[in-house]
Parts: sequence; structure tokens; C-alpha cells
Amino acid sequence: MYAYIVKRVLLMIPTLFGAAVLVFFLLRLLPGDVCEVRLAGTGLYADPRDIALCREELGLDDPLATQFVDFVGGYLTGDLGKSMWTGQPIEYEIGLRFKLSLQLAIMATLVAVAFAIPLGIISAVKQDTWIDYAVRTFSIAGIAIPSFWLGIMIILGLLIVTQKLFGAGWMPPINYVSPFEDPLGNLAQLIWPAVATGYRYSAVATRMTRSAMLEVLREDYVRTARAKGLVEKLIINRHALKNALLPVVTIIAIEFAFLIGGLVVTEQVFNLNGLGKLFVDAVGNQDFALTQQLVMLVVLIFVLTNLVIDILYAWLDPRIRYA
Amino acid sequence: MKCFNPRIAIAMVIGFALGLGAVASVSAAKAQKGGILQFVVAGESPSKDGHRETTYATIHPYAPMYSVLIRVNPDDPQSSDFVCDLCKGKVPKPTEGDTKYTFKLVKGVKFHDGTPLTAHDVVATYKKIIFPPQGIPSARKAFFKMVESVTAPDNHTVVFKLKFPSGAFLPALATPYNWIYAKKDLDEHGYNWHRDNVNGSGPFMFVQHQPGALVEGKRNPNYHHKGQPYLDGFKALVAKKMSVRIQAIRGNRAAIEFRGFPPKARDDLVNALGDKLKVQESDWNCSLLATPNHKRKPFDDARVRRALTLAVNRWEGSKYLSKIAIVKTVGGAVFPGHPLAATKEELTQLAGYGTDIEKARKEARQLLVQAGVSNLTIDYNNRDVDQPYKVVGTWLIDQWKQVGLNVKQTVRPTPQFYANLRKSHENDVSIDFNCQSVVNPIADVSKFLCSAGNNYSQCEDPELEAIYDKLLRAASEKEQRSLMRQYEKRALDEQAIMGVTLWWYKINPHRAYVKGWKIAPSHYLNQQLDNVWLDQSMM
Repeated sequence: MYAYIVKRVLLMIPTLFGAAVLVFFLLRLLPGDVCEVRLAGTGLYADPRDIALCREELGLDDPLATQFVDFVGGYLTGDLGKSMWTGQPIEYEIGLRFKLSLQLAIMATLVAVAFAIPLGIISAVKQDTWIDYAVRTFSIAGIAIPSFWLGIMIILGLLIVTQKLFGAGWMPPINYVSPFEDPLGNLAQLIWPAVATGYRYSAVATRMTRSAMLEVLREDYVRTARAKGLVEKLIINRHALKNALLPVVTIIAIEFAFLIGGLVVTEQVFNLNGLGKLFVDAVGNQDFALTQQLVMLVVLIFVLTNLVIDILYAWLDPRIRYA
Repeated sequence: MKCFNPRIAIAMVIGFALGLGAVASVSAAKAQKGGILQFVVAGESPSKDGHRETTYATIHPYAPMYSVLIRVNPDDPQSSDFVCDLCKGKVPKPTEGDTKYTFKLVKGVKFHDGTPLTAHDVVATYKKIIFPPQGIPSARKAFFKMVESVTAPDNHTVVFKLKFPSGAFLPALATPYNWIYAKKDLDEHGYNWHRDNVNGSGPFMFVQHQPGALVEGKRNPNYHHKGQPYLDGFKALVAKKMSVRIQAIRGNRAAIEFRGFPPKARDDLVNALGDKLKVQESDWNCSLLATPNHKRKPFDDARVRRALTLAVNRWEGSKYLSKIAIVKTVGGAVFPGHPLAATKEELTQLAGYGTDIEKARKEARQLLVQAGVSNLTIDYNNRDVDQPYKVVGTWLIDQWKQVGLNVKQTVRPTPQFYANLRKSHENDVSIDFNCQSVVNPIADVSKFLCSAGNNYSQCEDPELEAIYDKLLRAASEKEQRSLMRQYEKRALDEQAIMGVTLWWYKINPHRAYVKGWKIAPSHYLNQQLDNVWLDQSMM
């Protein structure tokens, strides 16, 4: 098992290098650069000498090979560089947003799991009853409704309902506070995007749990357990659920990885200062340095998540052994 | 059919009255102290240094932390008057053949770190702005081409010596980015220190900056305008999505947004908040342009360019577009309403400004035929920003179709849009804009000059340059006015170097408890917030 993990970790290096090459050169294909956006983006006169100076300062005039070596070499020296837009170290820019994105991903996952597992099980156990139909409708709606639209509806709903009830509209705070400083304020801000994204996430996981459970419930060992006279609760929890969880865990883990860097629109809707919003800003500002490090971070998260899933498989199903 | 809503009408009437300065300002005696003003900003400043940046996203959170030498009158920002901030009394008149300005400074002013502010700080600041050392960017040094020297004969006197008399000097001086830095900071920490640090002498002191989220300031107890500021502090919250900014005002997470909202947002907020909302409106010193590429055939032919402008029905467009976009006023090259601006009668003499659109379009078709152009498809560059670019851009496509022109529009994200407009010029016509801070028509119209760095039409027109040269040296307003008409005729009609579509229109709905802030004709102006206060009884 350890040898397998080491092998997988080593395999991450060419994967990450390939991603680095792709992101670096694809970004350079885009016309325009951060200096144009920064100095001429307001329509006021921009002195070409200032634009040239900005390019020189940021190393945009250096040969591509030099820029690439600087970028990749940064991983060896532990220096990820500075944002071309703000001039701040990239570790600082990402670190600031990472905690919010991580907290939101965890909260959305909790919301999703809290709904998906019980609903998926009930739906499978009560297959083709009105309960099953209700759960399926709920989950199909969750897949069909975009999270950002649901987010907008939640905000508008809160504003309208609170205005009707209390005479003044209330909306979630638009500025992040740490859960350690103000837990209620933090919850007031993040619970709504967690619900908006968690609903779609739970819908996907509910359907996966239902189909996996249906498959497992038809297995011989489940029939045997029933024939032995085991109580249904034990059969579901001990024999069926654990075996049915393998694909569900995969879905949950991949969705979790996606949530950390991929909540681009939802973060905008709720004005969350997370990695998704930083991504949009970095691309919009042509901040190559920050964009490429963000892409690399997302790649790293996905690669690590896949590794964790594989290890979890072995724990969930003792028959799985990695050579 | 939409019904008449008296609440909207009342709010708009009040807003107009405030915007135009028709209502006497609330006296400072009534101003209440205390409270934190929360406002939303649609962008984030790349740095904290006003001398190098060009975005309003630098002005809104950081201008309240700095003082300037002179500024637009915060109690009447619609006027073209300038008042002293750090200088004493009234803005001085020039001497020595209008080439010398002597400013006496208020005594006892201190920077937030306690350092006394003297004339040497003002001189060091303006030397950084006007004569920056090599390698130090200064976004507005071109505004000060007329300045020969800046000196401090004593601790409280600053003298600007000009190379030649210029009416553009005081407006340049009043540009809201000219924050006074401490000479000590520049000497000890270098010219890049202010990118990441703040030490001003303005009404508010820097508290914190959370990148991507907020900038916070607190009251400066030693502010040199006695009794001000009224607020205990402010929080500038970054909210890039317009819906968030609108909802933030509705949900009272923010009291105001200083840039401007489209009419629909104003109406929604008025409907939701009624008398808890106040609306201020003003013409905006920004014009939206259609810039032909003079190096591409057939747009090298003035007849074709004239046909483009003749096809546009500005008067009708204004009626409809002003309901959905941040544009409204029909105007020429000069900010509408300014003494140098064309009257409606003068405007209607220009191509594309006549009131008989059928006649204009007939002329446009004839010009296209004369130029040998048939079945032309315009490759049209637009910016991927709704307000007002895409809205007005869509309207322009329709207008050009009315004279038989086809349009292939390419909407590009801002960086690619600029790369195309400024460098690669891979378009026939591009949307463009001329957005300025202080209303200074003689400087503002330089955008139409083919030699101007921000004229992207690739044109050549020595005659227009010659008219502008005379305009620069014109002494009387009458002469300036006459020359401005010649300039406008040449730029917008005979050569149709660019086409002005409509002027922007600034709409600032805000919580009614925000008092003292008056709308200016630019989102760059009147942002020190020293006269802003919160009416606690309305909160």
C-alpha cells in the first residue's frame, strides 16, 4: 500500500508539469496583458512609456523560456511569485481566500451528505412508491437548477420575505468574518451559499446513492441476510450501505475538489472572497502569474483527491488491494 | 403597460433637484456626528498609490485618507469652481502674465503619523507627479506639460511656475488623484512605498485592507477642516457584481455606491425602499464613441465615416436608451451644459445631430454610393461589459442597418478588447469612450486629435491639430467657444474622425440617511467624504 502511495505521488510530478506547460503557454496566446488593463483600462490617456515600464517590471518582455523557467523554478525555491495586479505574494493572495473556499466546500459537503445519504437510501428501499418519486423529483430539480440561480433566488427571497415580515429587507452579509471571531456572522453569510451549492451536490449524490443501493440490495448476500432473519435496519446499514458507498464517495470527493476552486459564479452572487472569485479576477486582469498558480492549485487538489479516493476504496472494501 | 408610480416620480424629482444643486445644501449645523458609512465599490485597486493608478477603484476607498491642494467644491460639485483643501482662502489668481500661481498653505496640518505637513511635502509630491524619476510611473504627468517648476520659498508657500499661460493648469491641479504625500516617506522609503502603504492627511486614517474584500478607514481627529469629518469611519466593500451592489443597498449592507447604476436598478430600488432611498442624478463626463479605423478601407474615406454618423438617430436613441442604460444626453465633443458646449441649435448643424433622421439617412446612403461602397459589412469591436457598451453597441448595429450596412460584432473581454483597439486594430469600427474626472473641455477634447495617445482611430488630420493649437492659446471664452465649434465641426462632421453616440448619465440611488454627499459629473470627484454624515433618526 505504501509503495502504491509513493508511486502515485511520484506520478503526480509529470501530471503537474504537463498542466504547467499547458497553462503557461495557453495564457500567453491571449492578446493583451495586465499592463494594458491596468493603465489603459479606464479610457484615460496611458503613456506608452509607463506601459513599457510596467511590462519590464513584471518581466513580460522576457523571453518565454525565461518566464517559464521562473514559473516552474518557483516550486523548487518555494517562491510562487507575486500577483501582477496587486504586487502581493501569491501565497498571501491564495491563502486569504483558501480558508473561505475550504469552509464553504466543507459546509456544502455536509449539507449534501446530510440530505443525499438518507434520501438515497430511503428512495432505494421504498423504490417506486410515492416517497421514491418525491425524492427523485427533488434530486432531478437539484440537478436542473443552477446553483447561482438558486443563490440569487435565495437572496431575493430573503429580502422580500424579511421586508414583508419586519418592514426592512435582510440579506446575508457581503463581507467575510472568520468563524473564530464571529461564528453567527460567519454562519449568516455562508449557510446560504452552502445550501445553494449543497442542493445541487446532494442531488447528484442522492441519485448515485439510490442506484448503488438498488444494485447492492439485489445482491445474493443481501438476500441471504434477509433469509437468515436479520432485521432490515441491520441489513441496510451494515451489509448494503457500506458496499454501496464506493461510487458515492467518489462523487462526493470529486465534487468537494470542484467546490474549492470552482464556485466561480456562486461566489460572485454571494460576494464571497474565495478562490473562484479570485480566479475570475485574475483572468479578467490578465494576471498570468496568479492565474497559472491558481490552475496549478486546482490540478493539485484534484490529483490529491483522486489519491485519497483510491485509499478510501481500500478501507471501504477490504477486497481491494493495491500492489 | 407600466403605470405611473408617484413614489418614483417624487424620488426622481428630489434627486434631480439635488443633482443640479437646485436645493440649498443641508447646512453643516444640522450634520450629525458618528456612524460608519458602508459603501460598495465595483472594482479593486491594484495598489494604494493614486499617482500611478487610473481607476476609480483607487479613488473611492483611498481618497478619503488624503488631502489635496485644491479640489472641486464638495458642496457644489456640479459647478466648475475649485476650492482650497490644503491651501488657505480662495484659489489664487495667476500673476506674471498668468504664468505663476502662489499657494499659501493652511498651518498646523499633520499627516496621520503626526508629521507636520509643509510646503516641502507639496513640492515633493508634485515633483513626483510632474517630473517622476526614471522608472517611476506617473499616470497624469502629461496633464502638467505647462509646468516649468514647483518650489517652496518657505514652509507654507508653494509656487508653480508655468512655461506658458494655460487654462488647463487649475483643472489638472484639482484632479482627485493628486494626493499629498509626506516628503519624509518619499525620501526614506522611496517612490514605490505608497503602493502598499498609506500616510495621508485626509479626513480618515487607514485601518485595514482585506484584499478582494474591503478597505476600512477611521476618523482623523486632527483633520484640518475643523469639525469634519462627521463620520466615525467608513468601510469600502468590494462587490464586483452589480446585482450584489444593488441588493446590498436594498438589504442595507451598504448605504451607497458612488459609481452609478442603470435606470432599471434605480427603479427597482425606489420601488423596494420608497422614502428610505434618495436618488441623485447627473450628466456624466464620459462619452461613448464609435471609432472608425482610418487605416482600413473604406473607412479611410471621410464620406463613409460621415455616413456612419449620419445613420445614427441620437435624439430618438436617447429617449429609449436612457430607460435601460447609463446614457442619456445628446452632446458633441464638449461635456453637455458646459459654457463651451454646443447648444441644441448648434448641435443640429452637425452630421448625425439633425432632427430629420430620414433626410440624414438618405444623405448617408448617397455618400456610401459616392464612395463606391455597396453591401459593406462592418467588423465591429465591442467590449464585454453590459453598461453601457453592449447595450449601446446593439443599438448602433440597428442604426447602421438602417442605411444598408451589415455589422459583424465581436464582443471581447476587456484585455482583448483593448489589445485590439490599441494595438492590433483588427476591426473596422470599435466602441470607445472618453471618460474624464474634472470637467476641463479644452483638455478633454484632445481625445479627438490624431496625435493624442488615446486616439485609436489611426487618423491623420493636421487641420484639426491647427485648430486645437489656436484653442489652447485662446484667451477669452468667446474666442474659445468659436474655436471649439470649428474643432467640433472638423472632428465630428467634416472628417467624422470619431462619432459621439451619447453621453453617459450618472444615477446614484442611496440610502436616505446618507447626507451631505452631492453627486458630481464624474465618479472620480467629490470622494473625500469629509462632508458626509449619517442621519441617525433615519437609520
